[in-house]
Amino acid sequence: MTDDLEDLKTLMDAVTPAADAQRRAKNLEQAQKIFTGAQGSRDAMRPTVKRGLMARVTEGAKSMLNALSHRGALTATTAIAAVALVMIVPQTRDYVVNPSSWSENRRAETPVQTAEADQEVEVDNSLLQDAPAEPVYEAPVVIEEPVAPAPRVRELSKRQMNGLGATADFGVASDGLYEGAASIAPLPGPDGLRLAPEQNTEAFANAETNPLKVTSEDPVSTFSIDVDTASYSIVRSSLLRGQLPPKEAVRVEEMVNYFPYSYPAPEGDAPFRPTITVSPTPWNDGTQLVHIGIQGALPQIEDRPPLNLVFLIDTSGSMQDANKLPLLKQSFRLLLSELRPEDQVSIVTYAGSAGQVLEPTAVSEKTKILTALDRLEAGGSTAGQAGLQQAYQVAEGMAEDGEVSRIILATDGDFNVGLSDPDALKDFIARKRDSGTFLSVLGFGRGNLDDATMQALAQNGNGQAAYIDTLGEARKVLVDQLTGALFPIANDVKIQVEFNPAQIAEYRLIGYETRALRREDFSNDKVDAGDIGAGHTVTAIYEVTPVGSDAIRNGPLRYAEQPVSDGSDEIGFFKMRYKLPGETESQLIEEPILSGQGQATGDAQFSYAIAGFGQLLRGGEYLGGWSYEDAIVLANGAKGEDPFGYRAEAVTLMRLAETLSQ
Amino acid sequence: MRSVLPIVMRMTTSDEDLAKAAAKGDADAFASLLARHYDRVFRLSFRLTGRADQAEDLTQDICAALPAKIAGFRAQAKFTTWLYRVVVNAAEDARRRQASHSRAAVGWGDVEQMRRAEAAETAEAVDWLQRAMRSLPQDLQDTLALTLEDEMTHAEAAEVLGVSEGTVSWRMSDIRKRLRALRQEELAP
Repeated sequence: MTDDLEDLKTLMDAVTPAADAQRRAKNLEQAQKIFTGAQGSRDAMRPTVKRGLMARVTEGAKSMLNALSHRGALTATTAIAAVALVMIVPQTRDYVVNPSSWSENRRAETPVQTAEADQEVEVDNSLLQDAPAEPVYEAPVVIEEPVAPAPRVRELSKRQMNGLGATADFGVASDGLYEGAASIAPLPGPDGLRLAPEQNTEAFANAETNPLKVTSEDPVSTFSIDVDTASYSIVRSSLLRGQLPPKEAVRVEEMVNYFPYSYPAPEGDAPFRPTITVSPTPWNDGTQLVHIGIQGALPQIEDRPPLNLVFLIDTSGSMQDANKLPLLKQSFRLLLSELRPEDQVSIVTYAGSAGQVLEPTAVSEKTKILTALDRLEAGGSTAGQAGLQQAYQVAEGMAEDGEVSRIILATDGDFNVGLSDPDALKDFIARKRDSGTFLSVLGFGRGNLDDATMQALAQNGNGQAAYIDTLGEARKVLVDQLTGALFPIANDVKIQVEFNPAQIAEYRLIGYETRALRREDFSNDKVDAGDIGAGHTVTAIYEVTPVGSDAIRNGPLRYAEQPVSDGSDEIGFFKMRYKLPGETESQLIEEPILSGQGQATGDAQFSYAIAGFGQLLRGGEYLGGWSYEDAIVLANGAKGEDPFGYRAEAVTLMRLAETLSQ
Repeated sequence: MRSVLPIVMRMTTSDEDLAKAAAKGDADAFASLLARHYDRVFRLSFRLTGRADQAEDLTQDICAALPAKIAGFRAQAKFTTWLYRVVVNAAEDARRRQASHSRAAVGWGDVEQMRRAEAAETAEAVDWLQRAMRSLPQDLQDTLALTLEDEMTHAEAAEVLGVSEGTVSWRMSDIRKRLRALRQEELAP
């Protein structure tokens, strides 16, 4: 289990001493002096803090006494303080401070400008000027209180270190670190045990909802497509356990893209076709939705070349839960039934039982494959072999001309795959991708799921990252979308939309927060982006506010030039870049977006319902009074044929969310 | 306790607003900003250095340097993100200075430091922490020290460290792996 990290956090909190109060006061005073002094001659400032030996010794002694009498009077702290005194002497000579020598170039202290940062810069300073003076000073106490680490050591001392963390109260004790994580997890279960590693899910979660942009200030919106579906599965798994998913876990575009849509198919050799419609917004009379639906070509399944699949399976001890390895086995049985006799399958495991457990075997020998699959057991936790390298080796051995090789990594999040440097791992995967072997990642189980890494690996391997929580989901990912997941038809697909300020006053992109690209990256073929598989559909939705609408939120500026209509009814211009598999130069599709273009189909309406649902789960900032009930009505009206029941399931989830939110 | 926090925060001026005012020369804003974050800086310093005395010194250095640095704050990141980066950089500089004086005892590498804890069980616990921290390479140590901050997200840690979010996530799973290996080693007869 991975409670080690929590133990460490608890311990760290316990041994972290409180800052010495006297030095605190002194340092604050000193800093203030320097600050005031700097106001006149900032450039000339060189704060050299020289501290005499004696001053330091006495100071150290004081700090020791202070620490002794400090709350908790931790045994650990006394030791530290005692040692601190001993260590003072050698230290004096190298602690003459010269802040100007700090090397700033490694990490510039002003970071790359992000979308949110732009926003922030524009935050009105008036808040500060108008704020009453007093709250400014009361802050520190209030903020620091909740972190009090003192009592924990005692708790610790009662325990053997070896068993530490396995007990339930520990998850609760180390509250702070995993706050975001906790919210991702379906709350502590009955045993109260916190599933710590889910902090990783949080990693992607923190992008703020895309803000409303004023067209005249920022007319261009750029993002990478996203075909992952993990967010919807996580939302579903939360709702089915009776919890509203945490806002941060909801990625609206992944929810929308979870569903298959049938947009108009591409003609000729084009790998896909964008269809753009502009229609009224269900949740706002004053705005419109620009719906961009991209349909990937579906090559004749009958003509497909034989597949070479290498299952790289995590068999570490944590995989033994019913919703992990057993579910994985069932899933692969399903997949097997969809493969052709001439396709080849191999199984490589990492952790525990090591290495290749099934040599490349034609699907026609089904019994042999099933036996190997059944023999897989979770257990052992020795550091993995170079599982991934071995998997690639096997895959390369299997590939013949014109065949597609793909590694399917199945894991609960422990990427113990033998390469220890993340960048080396990414490079490795990217290199292999260029040589024709792709990588998809399937996540199993909650509790150890490393969403961010899963996505990073799959993105670099041109694959899909999916999260499998039920057999139904396994069917969807592995069977219904088999062709899409296994045959990429276009890589690095980026979308850029420029809105016409004479027509559109404001716009916002719904979802895709984690996929934002810089404007200049659109034409930079070196910048990686999402991939589209055969038959995939991708949907992106903008909410736009036409000039003159009473739904405009940002009033006109007095001194800015007002955009003048140029008589065109183009409300924007759509551009899309993609690379055909194996190519390095991108191709461009572009077309204008006209006001009132197209007719919102049932598919589009359903995607609106899901987009609305996702936004509600994220707080519904821009939805006004639009509710789950409205989402249900809209979704029900647009369910269409729904052969797999996905849409009906979504309506059920909406109902659950509605109940839970009351 | 935690649930109270956001409400209290809302009544106060935000870090970013204070920092922007400080960057423009507002001494009161600077004072309250530093007072607000002093303990945070100290705790991170401790986790980065592993020693109370070094943490005190590092904090002092940072306090002395902040007046100059704050002028460069442009509100392109959260103030705390910016501040953590200052701390991490300062710790790295301090380490480099120490290395150049070829001192034997450096931070978490100093085994003897906490051994004197009187209660044996606590000593064992602290000893484990020592070994755990020491067993990690420097970049993982820094990443861990940073992510142990309450409410630190991978995204923010990534911004502080100037690496990608994926790298932080990767490092965290690497850390978990190493901790587990360490534990296994201990359990082995």
